[in-house]
Amino acid sequence: MIAHAADAPAQNLASYNFAYLDEQTKRMIRRAILKGIAIPGYQVPFASREMPMPYGWGTGGVQVTAAIIGRDDVLKVIDQGADDTTNAVSIRAFFAKTAGVATTTTTPDATIIQTRHRIPETPLHAGQVLVYQVPIPEPLRFLEPRETETRKMHALEEYGLMHVKLYEDIARNGRIATTYAYPVKVEGRYVMDPSPTPKFDNPKMHMSEALQLFGAGREKRIYAIPPHTEVVSLDFEDHPFEIQHFDEPCALCGAEQVYLDEVVLDDKGGRMFVCSDTHHCESRRAEGHRGALLGDEPAFGDQPLTDKEPAL
Amino acid sequence: MPHTPPSTTIYEGGFADPVGASQTVFRALMDAMAQPGTIHALPHVTAPPAPLTASASALIATLADADTPVWLDPALTKTSAVRDWIVFHTGAPITLHQSEAAFAVVAAPEKLSALNGFALGSQEFPDRSTSVILQVATLTDGAALTLEGPGIKGRASLAPDPLPQHFTEQWKANRQAFPRGIDVILAGPACVAAMPRSTRLIRPEA
Repeated sequence: MIAHAADAPAQNLASYNFAYLDEQTKRMIRRAILKGIAIPGYQVPFASREMPMPYGWGTGGVQVTAAIIGRDDVLKVIDQGADDTTNAVSIRAFFAKTAGVATTTTTPDATIIQTRHRIPETPLHAGQVLVYQVPIPEPLRFLEPRETETRKMHALEEYGLMHVKLYEDIARNGRIATTYAYPVKVEGRYVMDPSPTPKFDNPKMHMSEALQLFGAGREKRIYAIPPHTEVVSLDFEDHPFEIQHFDEPCALCGAEQVYLDEVVLDDKGGRMFVCSDTHHCESRRAEGHRGALLGDEPAFGDQPLTDKEPAL
Repeated sequence: MPHTPPSTTIYEGGFADPVGASQTVFRALMDAMAQPGTIHALPHVTAPPAPLTASASALIATLADADTPVWLDPALTKTSAVRDWIVFHTGAPITLHQSEAAFAVVAAPEKLSALNGFALGSQEFPDRSTSVILQVATLTDGAALTLEGPGIKGRASLAPDPLPQHFTEQWKANRQAFPRGIDVILAGPACVAAMPRSTRLIRPEA
């Protein structure tokens, strides 16, 4: 399912440099990426550029992707796991147009995956690069608004405040209530914001086969996790880190142990839970897995309907 | 890429395709940095004056520009050709002070006495450090180094030669300054490997 770019810029029109950014900007970003890889979890300042999209739409991720992408790369872009929502479609089209690269929705075929807030369910393989779009890169920002102070806290490895925050969660709610942007410690040194991914995805960052790059455009920071790097979610001995669990399998493909989105069906409380990762869900359905609400064709024997499901 | 002979003037031997060549070289270097100990092929895209090698020159032409002071070791400054080539093709200022350099290019690593003269960055800004490009004759036939750390599954080994004197001890000191420290880029013949500051050297028998 690799789509080759059809609309390469016409010869008689003025066109952008390959992948939109000028070469000097790419060099600056590339240098920041190398420092980020050398100091896993440390946020490297970089001179973020204006992009032809507003801050908050993935300008950091787009700049990182533009700096690393080559003519032979195959790009996948996901937005909350989905390949077919506005942000994903427009960023994919942006690179198809400005870089003329092939794009795909199939996770294993991609060499670069730009993501907004999910890690694909299909395990990534060596040689792939996962580029995260990051809104607020500083995990301590909501605890300490001053950049001078948070920088000093990272310098001195002073992360007590973060544990206080998690403790207050427990004191108020009886458990750690943080469910996304759950802070991690990288290689035993830097506390890092994994971007607003659900904490369900945190274990996938640990010892990943793929290189993970993070770009925050508005906040002008780049950071990285090399492959095979220790990424530990912060927790307490008596309140260990745990990921979300879902009572039901995906209503469309029957998958368990995946992250599900809630979809409201009517105004009477009807709802369904479906895979957030659209490629994972579609490829499972193509393999014949069928969830309770898939409808039409008779269900396969290996996926019995659950009686908990509301009838449609 | 066609093999281009070494340039006769400083104005020749730069990237023929700056966009494609710098991207290819950077991706090889990024992969090398992300997986210390692995060796990545570099395309033959530059033809610098000797003793600057094709791979080291491709790396510096990919990374350096007017924002990044470059330091050259004495072997590269015997004549002005290498300095002038780098200035012409990248626009980078050449600095005489190791501690000011964003990049250092070293043609004779065995004569480089100390690694700690380079910029190590500060505890607040460890990224403000020197990336040191060492020109080496081989990445596989020297004395073996055993590496551990981020980017490495278990252990990796690399055998670059020549290396700076007392490299193991110097690297240990560099690692102890973490997150401050230098990153080493090893430019071998048509290939590149890297040792970011996060990499630990261990005794092979341990």
